[in-house]
Amino acid sequence: MSEHKENTPKAWSGGDKPFNASYGKLMMWFFLITDALTFSGFLAAYGWSRFKYPEIWPNPEDVFSHFPFLEGDHPLLFVALMTFILIMSSVTMVLAVNYGHKMQKNKVILWLSLTIVGGSIFLLSQAWEWGHFIHGDKGGIDTKTESVVHLAKDNELSSIYDMMGVDSYDGNEYEFTVNQIITSLEENPEYHIRKANREFLTNEQSINYLNENATEVILGANLTRNEYGHRLFADYFYFITGFHGFHVFSGVILLIIILLNVIKGTYERRGHYEMVEKVGLYWHFVDLVWVFVFTFFYLV
Amino acid sequence: MGNHSNSNWWIWKVFWILLIVTAIEVALGIIKPPFMMEVYFGTKLINHIFIILTLIKAAYIVMEFMHLGQEKKGLKLVILLPALILIPYMLFILLTEGLYASIMI
Repeated sequence: MSEHKENTPKAWSGGDKPFNASYGKLMMWFFLITDALTFSGFLAAYGWSRFKYPEIWPNPEDVFSHFPFLEGDHPLLFVALMTFILIMSSVTMVLAVNYGHKMQKNKVILWLSLTIVGGSIFLLSQAWEWGHFIHGDKGGIDTKTESVVHLAKDNELSSIYDMMGVDSYDGNEYEFTVNQIITSLEENPEYHIRKANREFLTNEQSINYLNENATEVILGANLTRNEYGHRLFADYFYFITGFHGFHVFSGVILLIIILLNVIKGTYERRGHYEMVEKVGLYWHFVDLVWVFVFTFFYLV
Repeated sequence: MGNHSNSNWWIWKVFWILLIVTAIEVALGIIKPPFMMEVYFGTKLINHIFIILTLIKAAYIVMEFMHLGQEKKGLKLVILLPALILIPYMLFILLTEGLYASIMI
């Protein structure tokens, strides 16, 4: 037997390293493959629905157009900021792993802490985004054909709140009936309907259309109906971004646990910082998933 | 790429690549150049560009940040092959079915 063989523990005690990667790292990778397939299943299902309802599926840019403290529509900006925050937290994570390899405890503490800060800011941003999504700001009118139509002003997407002359964020809970909308359309001829397939009706056509088809006014979004369009849209939004957000949340918890261990000197005594690397793999995966969610939910 | 453990410059290189690619995506998403709105192979040209840019970002995250580029070839294949075979297959099945379902409405 060679000398090498005598020095390493037997395979059943975990001595051998398949692919030259440790047991923990391999298992993390295998978990991440299954998780990647789960997420791609969700996104593929989203794609299925979008391909099934190509005409009436909501435009992401009409839905996600808010930015904190800014008035008006700023499509993509907020979610771009969230992407930037997550990429940045991935960078601080790599730096923490890198200093772990060099056994520089204080730098690992610094960069791990910054990663936790980045992850937390991302979670708060997502909470803000959900708040706006649930509250809504344009309102929609449900029809017998199961497609949601919106109000427009001079061939530009507008909102029910605008036509009714109220502010959607003034703290009041508003509710409108279809008859109120029709009366208001009669009084304000510059307003009209944009159908789900983005076709504009004239004011007169709009009143006739609502009289024939409208069932109820929808403000905001929940799991059964939403003002943005097809009801599956909100379901996918809550499910996919929620599942991803839960991953980020778990990641932050894991990072806090290993940060405490680093501070206590657990890995210093163990002689290596591989645990930081394993949690790092998970953290980068969360970033990876967001890259795809960003593209398929907000861009495409 | 080079020797990862000795310096940090490669981390910032990857960071700038990810940032610039994201900035291009956002800019295209806001400007929406008219020539990119033509439909090729089932979807708009701009969507093909978004998907290619996303795959570039994904490759940098997996290969550099997750160090997969430095693992043994066997491990790379074990991790990449299931994703590269199953995900396109699933997309093909579901998107084809979705298209078919839209015709059936």
